[in-house]
Amino acid sequence: MINDINVDTSSTLSFFLDVLPLLLKGLQVTIAAALLGFAIALVAGLFFAILRQAPTRLISWPVAVFLEFVRDTPLLIQLFFLYYVLPVYGITLPAFMTGAVAIGLQYSGYTAEIYRAGIGAIGRGQWEASTALNLTSGRTYAVVIIPQAIPRVIPALGNCLVGILKETPILSTISVLEMLNLAIIVGDRTYHYTIPLTLAGVLMLLVTSVFAYLVRFIEFTVPKTGIRLR
Amino acid sequence: MTDIIEFKNVSKSFGTLRVLEDFDFKVRKGEKVTLIGPSGSGKSTVLRILMTLEPFQDGSITIDGTSYHQPGGKGPFKANARHLFDIRKRVGMLFQHFNLFPHMTVLRNITEAPVSVLKLSRAEADERARELLSMVGLEDKASSFPAQLSGGQQQRVAIARALAMRPSVLLFDEPTSALDPELVGEVLNVIRKLAAEHDLTMLMVTHEMRFAREISDRVCMFDRGKIVEEGRPSELLVRPSHPRTVSFLGAVLGEGVGGLGDDGDQADPARAEKPPGPRGDTKLFAAG
Repeated sequence: MINDINVDTSSTLSFFLDVLPLLLKGLQVTIAAALLGFAIALVAGLFFAILRQAPTRLISWPVAVFLEFVRDTPLLIQLFFLYYVLPVYGITLPAFMTGAVAIGLQYSGYTAEIYRAGIGAIGRGQWEASTALNLTSGRTYAVVIIPQAIPRVIPALGNCLVGILKETPILSTISVLEMLNLAIIVGDRTYHYTIPLTLAGVLMLLVTSVFAYLVRFIEFTVPKTGIRLR
Repeated sequence: MTDIIEFKNVSKSFGTLRVLEDFDFKVRKGEKVTLIGPSGSGKSTVLRILMTLEPFQDGSITIDGTSYHQPGGKGPFKANARHLFDIRKRVGMLFQHFNLFPHMTVLRNITEAPVSVLKLSRAEADERARELLSMVGLEDKASSFPAQLSGGQQQRVAIARALAMRPSVLLFDEPTSALDPELVGEVLNVIRKLAAEHDLTMLMVTHEMRFAREISDRVCMFDRGKIVEEGRPSELLVRPSHPRTVSFLGAVLGEGVGGLGDDGDQADPARAEKPPGPRGDTKLFAAG
């Protein structure tokens, strides 16, 4: 892909028209990495948030330490660790997957906190009613607590999604051909940086705006009392 | 009749605050007991311990033949997950604030536990839930959400939800305190019906003295974690002997002196013909 980059720099318009499809391809990678990372953060974060509150410290403490660690170390270090160190131990993932996992894990530190706050906002009475009805704690989380916590955390989770989108350029450091990486490559080849970088910025703005709008839409679609169960 | 509940030397404290100390208490099967007393006197704590919502520090509790202690407590049994499950299978509870699940329909509120805990089929659970709903007079609300119901209706749904688990002991923790005065009666009517038609053991914390007098076999007056006086409602509520009971009843009934009024239990023909009305028993004693 890098090799067949061939752009016409004779006029601003032709340069623009040549760069645009290239960046759109990179944008697909950016969005795919962000969505995959976000999906990992959503699932792993929920998992961690619940384990974090496990009644036994044998479980809750290691999880707390792990969460603190992923939140308090730079994403770049985590990314390099997964990309350069894990293969030493025989675990090799494609660069794209490594990037998505790194982003997902780092953000699971944040989503876990968000879920924790959402779960904490559910009144004690809901837990007590569940106990009185003899529901298991797993069932209580699944049908009572989480469905009610979700509407409260959608805005914060949406911010995470936008944050993740803006983090994706970091994947260029492990050779993933996402949008920013392609824009730089074009710039390096042609010595014209203004158009590819501006375009990359504008495209990013468009995508984050669309995502932010979607989050708003979901926020207003989900009933405030919780995901309805019939 | 046999005892279904027995507290033996139970002690319970919140931090340094002793709520129950060497507390002994027995309830016979099918008995309807009302617990009265000032707030903080430990009456709600007794219910919450029975429902396994609160741990206790010392002593033992036997429910329907199963004894248990808290983990770490001394004695032959320790409460483990299995024990707690068995206890909760026998005991149901109504809360002051109903605690319905707001995101579930009325029907799902009632069927959730029978399906996931008792392993009833959806169809079977639905059918039983509809029967219970018609018993509490809400058969047309099955697909409503709690927020669409009045407080009284919500509490009636909560009663149906608790009954769906077929408990042998039902605990009422101030079931009408959060209700508009107008809605108290409909809830009391349902409880009254329950008391009359089922051999449920009922423990109720309430300030509805007239209602307590009407349905309970025994009234226990709590003060500072002890039962200072207990007896038949017609005795205790009318001619309390302990000074604490006298002053408490005086305050609750809004009169200078304690007691339900001496004529309370005598056959007043007008009253005998007309049982306490469908609505409630909020300021009942002034007339007595």
